[in-house]
This record gives sequence, C-alpha cells and structure tokens, in this order.
Amino acid sequence: MANMAQAIRMALHYAEENLGVTDIFGEDVGAPLGGVFTCTQGLKTAWNSPLDERGIIGAAMGLAMAGHRPVAEIQFCDYIYNTIDLLKLAGNTHWATNGDWAMPMVVRTPVGSGIRGSIYHSHSFDATMTHIPGWKVVMPSTPLDAYGLLISACQDPNPVMFLEPKALLRVKGDERIPGEPDDDRALSKMIDAPLGDRSQWKPQWPLVEGFAVPIGKGKVVREGAQATVVSYGRTLPLCAKAAAQLAEEGLSVEVIDLRSLWPYDWELIKASVQKTGRVLFVNEDTEVTNFGEHLVRRTVEELFYSLLAPPRLIAGKFVPGIGLADALEMASVPQQGDITAALRTLCREQP
Amino acid sequence: MSRPRLIKENSAPLSLAREQLIRIHDLMVKARVLEERLIQMYKQGHGYFWIGGPGEEAFNVPLGLLMKCGEGPAYDYLHAHYRQSATLLALGEEPIGALRQMKNTATDPYSGGRNFAGHFSRRSKNIAPVTSPIEVQYAIAPGTAMAQKRHGGDGITIVTGGDAGTAEGDFASCLIWSSRPANPLPILIIVTNNTWGISTTSDGQHGETNISDRARAFNIPAKTINGNDPVESYQEIQAAMDYVRKERKPYFLEAKVSRLYGHSSASGANFVNEEQDCLRLFEARLEQEGVLSRQQMDEARNRYSEELAAAARTVRDEPQPSGDSIWEHIYAEKK
Ligand SMILES: Cc1ncc(C[n+]2csc(CCOP(=O)(O)OP(=O)(O)O)c2C)c(N)n1
Repeated sequence: MANMAQAIRMALHYAEENLGVTDIFGEDVGAPLGGVFTCTQGLKTAWNSPLDERGIIGAAMGLAMAGHRPVAEIQFCDYIYNTIDLLKLAGNTHWATNGDWAMPMVVRTPVGSGIRGSIYHSHSFDATMTHIPGWKVVMPSTPLDAYGLLISACQDPNPVMFLEPKALLRVKGDERIPGEPDDDRALSKMIDAPLGDRSQWKPQWPLVEGFAVPIGKGKVVREGAQATVVSYGRTLPLCAKAAAQLAEEGLSVEVIDLRSLWPYDWELIKASVQKTGRVLFVNEDTEVTNFGEHLVRRTVEELFYSLLAPPRLIAGKFVPGIGLADALEMASVPQQGDITAALRTLCREQP
Repeated sequence: MSRPRLIKENSAPLSLAREQLIRIHDLMVKARVLEERLIQMYKQGHGYFWIGGPGEEAFNVPLGLLMKCGEGPAYDYLHAHYRQSATLLALGEEPIGALRQMKNTATDPYSGGRNFAGHFSRRSKNIAPVTSPIEVQYAIAPGTAMAQKRHGGDGITIVTGGDAGTAEGDFASCLIWSSRPANPLPILIIVTNNTWGISTTSDGQHGETNISDRARAFNIPAKTINGNDPVESYQEIQAAMDYVRKERKPYFLEAKVSRLYGHSSASGANFVNEEQDCLRLFEARLEQEGVLSRQQMDEARNRYSEELAAAARTVRDEPQPSGDSIWEHIYAEKK
C-alpha cells in the first residue's frame, strides 16, 4: 500500500492530468528534490520558488485570480506564520468583493510533531487555521483520505488548507488508492525518485482514479457505545489504538476521524455523542484557544442533556515550543498513554 | 517639509495630441471633484473614513488610459493602491461607485458596503481588490503576471503602491519574483512616491537615493519620473508598458507625486498648500498653450461638481446592506 507522501503525489498527478492544476510550487518542491518530504517528486508542473513564504502565498493568490489552479507548498507550517495576513486576505477576498473574486487555490503544509523537529519543525497549525474564515481546512490521517481530500481540494473553488501530519507521511495505509499497483515495491520503483542523479529520471504513473473524499465529512473509524473520541492527523491512529486496547478491557469506544476541520462534520459528532454520552477531543496543537475547545463548547451548548460526563480535551501543552530531547517532545504533545488513560477514566465516569 | 524633487520642470511644451490633452484634463478634473466630494461626504458624516488620491491624478489618469482594459489574462491586471480613483475613472468606472462605497450602501459595486473608501475591485476589468494591509499587492501581482506569461499575448500586470510601503518585505518579494531567471515576468512595478508614510517622511527612513535604484540590483530597467506632469507620465508609462508588453520582462517606474489632502481623514483631510498641485500646473500650461481656456476648464469643473452633488443625493437615499448579508459570499460555489 502507498504511504501518505506517495498518495499525495498520486493525487497531485491526477489533479495535473484531470483537474487543471497548473502550478505545484514552493521551496524545493520541483526537481531534483521534489519536496523535503518527497510529496512532489516527478510532477510535471512542480517548480522551485524563491525562499519566500509570503511570495509563495502571494503568487498562488495571483495565479488563482487569473484563473489558474495552483497548489502551493509551505515547507513546514512553522514558516507559514509569516504569511498570516495573506492567508486572511485569501480567505476574505470573495466576501470582501461581495462575491466578485474567487480564490481557487490549495496550500499544503506539513504539521505537528513526530520527526524530532524541535522548536521550529513541530508546530501545529490547526487552531490558527480554523481561526481564518473563508478557507476550508482538511487534515487526513490515512493515505487514502489524503488522496481523496487532496482531489476534493483541487476541485474546490475556494482556498483549501491541506495540513499534512508529518509523523504519518511515511506510514503505509490499509486501503489501496484506486489504481495503485498491488505490490508496494513495484509502486516505489514507479514513482519514488532514485537516490543520486535524477536528471534522467521520469516517474511511471499508475492509472489512478478520481476518488474524492468530500470536504466536511468525517468518518467513524471504529464503532463503540460507551465513549466517543474525536481526533484527526497524527493523534487519530493513537486514538484508534487506545480504543482497540480498551476493547480488550471490555470498554467500548467509538473513534471518529474528523478529516475536515472546516467545515466539519458536526452531525457525525452529534450522533455519536448522543449515543455514547461521553466525548474526548484529541489533537496536538497547544491547548489554549485550541480548535478542540470550540468542539467542547459546542458539545456543551447543544448536547448538554445527552452527556453522562463532562466533555474533555487532550491537546499539546501551552508551552512556547517542542524541545528536541525525547522527553521534552513526549511531554509536550499527547502520547498513546495519555489518550488511553483519559478514555479509560472517561468510560468509567458516572453522572 | 520635504517636497517632491522634480526631475524636470513643468515648462516643456505639451507634446501630446490636443484631444489627448483635453481627455486627460477632463479625467483629472473629474477625479479631483470626485475626491473633493468624498471628503465632503466624510466630513458631513456620510462615511466613516476617507482615503484617496487628490494630487496623483497626473500620473493615475494616464496609467488608466494606457491600460488594456478587460477580463482575464489577455488584458492588463491592476493591483492598485488605495489612492487610485483617477485610474479607475480612466478605466471607465462611474464616480458614483466610489460615493456608494463611501456611504457603504448595498449598491456599492466594489464591496457591497463591506470595504473602506478607495478600496476598488472589479473582476470584469481585471482590477484586483485593493487591500488595507499595504504592499501585499506586490506579493500577489507576480501570480497574475505568471498566468499572463503562460497565456501569451501582450497582457501585462501593473502593481502600484506608496513609497513608505516599499520597506515591507512584499516589495522585495516582487522584485525577486518578477526577475527570476527561471521565469521573468511581464509586470510593471510602480511606486508613487509622495515622500510620506502617514506622518513619517522618507528622508528619515530611506537610505537609497531613488527607490527605483533598488530595481537595478535585479537588473530591472527603472526610471524615476515627475508624476505631477501628465504628459511626462503618459509618455513614460507608455514606454514602460511597451517594453513590458514586448519583452515580457519587468520594468520599474517611480513617480514623484503630491499628497494634496494629507494622508486620509485620520489626518484631517485638509488641503495642503505646500504641495504642488498637478491639476493647477497642468491647467496653467493648457491655458498658456491655448489648448483650453480658463472658462472651458471652469465649466468642466462646475459640470462635474453638479453631477457629483446629484450623485451624492442619490446615494444618500440608497439602502444599507442588511445585517443578514454577512453570511453571503463567504464561499464561492462550484459552477
Ligand atoms: C501593513 C500595514 N501597516 C500599516 C498600515 C497603516 N497605514 C496605512 S497607510 C500607511 C502609510 C503608507 O504610506 P505609503 O506606502 O508611502 O503610501 P501613501 O499612503 O503615502 O500613498 C500606513 C502606515 C497599513 N495599512 N498596512
């Protein structure tokens, strides 16, 4: 099965061929590297931009305004912060012009911990991004969802922020991308650039299909009856593992992968919380003014009388960065044990 | 305080065709009267804020007249500054649109009552939305220029901004992205230099002799011109545009202009006597060379004054947007 980086690459290839994507660009996005996480290797419209994040977002906006379909990459979300006002503009242009100008662009950026990236390669961006109206915001946790969400993003007439959990970029999926070959080694031979001289290399793209995951639709990853856990990105597989472990202890946890942060699938959360009466939200952005806080607030306001326990949030610690040392990173963002323990407590909590 | 340093005095003969001079004059008057009306509306409480371009007509009118106006990459894109009502009028916009934006009516053609005065936007004319954060247009403009280069044809991108704003990183972005050896862009980079930020003068902030000198570091041909002279402006803009259209490469123009009513309503919007008035200077030359008489010019001004007073009365009675409309146009729909 493809990993998420390969899935992203195949989705971009599909989008170049079928959805009118004209420019895939950013720092080191074109040949020879094809992106620091290899997500853009071999793509025919990929090119290297200056080392200038504001220029990248600005150029994407201009291209989109002129009718093109750009997919811009910011090398690490830690460096997208210096484009915040441009992101605000991209999100408000359609509104500010009373519907005259649209901004059909996609921005991809890797987020979160997981590569021992220290203070400046471990940031999250979901809380900040969901604070910018006018964008759609997605964050997959599997290669197939990455593929399908990116295809939807490239079809959307609005700006879409595609957050890539960097800890999961190398993780293989359980589901095949439609059209991907059966043999992983064969896939790698076809689409992974070789080490060393790449000047003669050309990818051999499999005939992938236009499989789209709709923006705004979450997914029940595991059904359960006693508690619901809602997550996305790096922490989602941890939640799924926690649920599996707790099942052995006789506790039944429903796991929801939100996939889209804006718009998000409230109906799915609501139905699940009404069934289980208990909910834990998990993500790794810093906990103060966290997107999960919004979900907690809405749960309290709208589902209060369905609740058997207070809704909870596990998020990153409110500290200025993630330290390099293993113990520092582990202490800063939610880990498997934190989630399992929190769910265990939640399941047993009685009103 | 510091006044625009003029490259040439306004005394050279008027070397444009008579009809063209008359057309430029007419639009300059129209734009000036529009701005004066906007200031008056603001002062009478018919708007919350004024910012505009009285003093920049001699540059902005020729710019609009020379643009290839239309929609899409075959035509010119304008990523404008907030002082360019004169360019908008030269592109055929009706002045009542600016009044509607001042009064933030539902009929405001640029934003439906959502945006500030002087923040024009018109997709059908490739006028990109003017933004409040200054200089961001310099980061966005290379994108439309890229699309035009790929499209072929002779459409170009024009980006304008103020001198103080060139200290922002987006200005450097524009120079870099426009002159990349991998893909030089058909873009006319303009700075209208009135020597002021809001209250901060450029001499305390800018070590470069001319702002246009910064273009030389990127091998972008550049010129500093007298933007208070409509004839010089017309000819220099035309030459610059010809270069960009044909070579598909960037060109840089710095125009020295005046700021006749201060920065904006925030600084009072009162007439500043020490600045050169491009309209008055031009009118003296038109009269001197017998192109137009004083009486003809006064008639033009009176006609526009009346027209705009009537327009202001019309706008006064037009509806404000409803509170519910905040939910409209957050997202574009799939077509
Ligand atoms: C990014 C940003 N910072 C500050 C402001 C506030 N502001 C509005 S106009 C202005 C001065 C701009 O001067 P200049 O670029 O020379 O243009 P001018 O108004 O003189 O034409 C400032 C500081 C702003 N609008 N945007």
